[in-house]
Amino acid sequence: MYVLIAGGGKVGANVARTLLRSGHEVTLIESSRDRYERLEAEFEHQVQRGDATEISTLEKAGIRRPPDLVLAVTGDDEDNLVICQLAQVKYGVEKVIARVNDPRNQPHFDLLGISPTVCATSSILGLVEHEVPAHGLIPLLELKRDNLEIVEIPVIKGGPADGTTIGRLRLPTGASVIAVLRAGNAEPAAPDFTLAAGDQMLAIVKPDKVDELRKALALT
Amino acid sequence: MKAIIIGCGRVGSAVAMELDRNGWDVTAIDEKEDAIDRLGTHWAGGFVQGHGMDLAVLRESGIEDADAVVVATNGDNTNIVVAQVARERFKVGCVVVRLLDPARADFYRERGLHVVCPTQHAIAVIQEAIRCAEEVS
Repeated sequence: MYVLIAGGGKVGANVARTLLRSGHEVTLIESSRDRYERLEAEFEHQVQRGDATEISTLEKAGIRRPPDLVLAVTGDDEDNLVICQLAQVKYGVEKVIARVNDPRNQPHFDLLGISPTVCATSSILGLVEHEVPAHGLIPLLELKRDNLEIVEIPVIKGGPADGTTIGRLRLPTGASVIAVLRAGNAEPAAPDFTLAAGDQMLAIVKPDKVDELRKALALT
Repeated sequence: MKAIIIGCGRVGSAVAMELDRNGWDVTAIDEKEDAIDRLGTHWAGGFVQGHGMDLAVLRESGIEDADAVVVATNGDNTNIVVAQVARERFKVGCVVVRLLDPARADFYRERGLHVVCPTQHAIAVIQEAIRCAEEVS
């Protein structure tokens, strides 16, 4: 596989190293001189110095071939976005992965069809939310291409789900419970399974039905 | 008519003041607080300090019902993203974006953005001036 990586920071360099070790072809692009020199000592001709948002730099790195995968992992979201857009639209690269540094920029990536994206801050926030006892719905995984989200839903004492069987649970169409976590065990979501306060339901839901689901279960 | 100017440098501030003089309702956005000084002492329009990629800043500036948006920050890639956000998310009818890099200017022009590239203009004008010198000699 030929992979072009824009951004030679910790993320880019580690991914390049791993891919090279498993026999893939990699070109790494880094714009800062200091960082480039350090990378060159390790990656030799497999690292190029330049601004990966410049068309001439991308072409020198072989974007016309095109690569099987372009990874935009610089520290600037606007750069990552433009790199992916150029790769996808101008050069027909089939697969791009973008790093999102500031989660507030995620909507721009969604708007312009850049997917999948990886955001460390959002992942950490997700883990924090998971640890904080909350009465809300916790997004676990978003499968944008499949228009599907996996969420965790607490069964609240006295709430609409407490004491009800899964079969009787009134959920909006487009949402269904797939498993229940109880006392550290995952139970399959059989229709006759009776829910109790303290259980965590795992559900799949279409992203546009999340609010409805929240309402149906009286969650905040 | 309402205009939002994103990036209040030499170009942005001059365009903002001209529109303001012509009776437009203008709001300028810039990361730097002192960019407002470029708008002169008679500035009657709005000013929001913040980054053009920040949706909260764009909304605060009133982009949702703007007739025109001018994007001229000092970062080409920021301008590319913000111009597309203005056009595709906020459905602004007239979006003009300044890009310094001719190659990206060509690409995004093909994609339907209204791009102004001062570098391309400078190259064309210089080439024309040289051609004139050739003809004279």
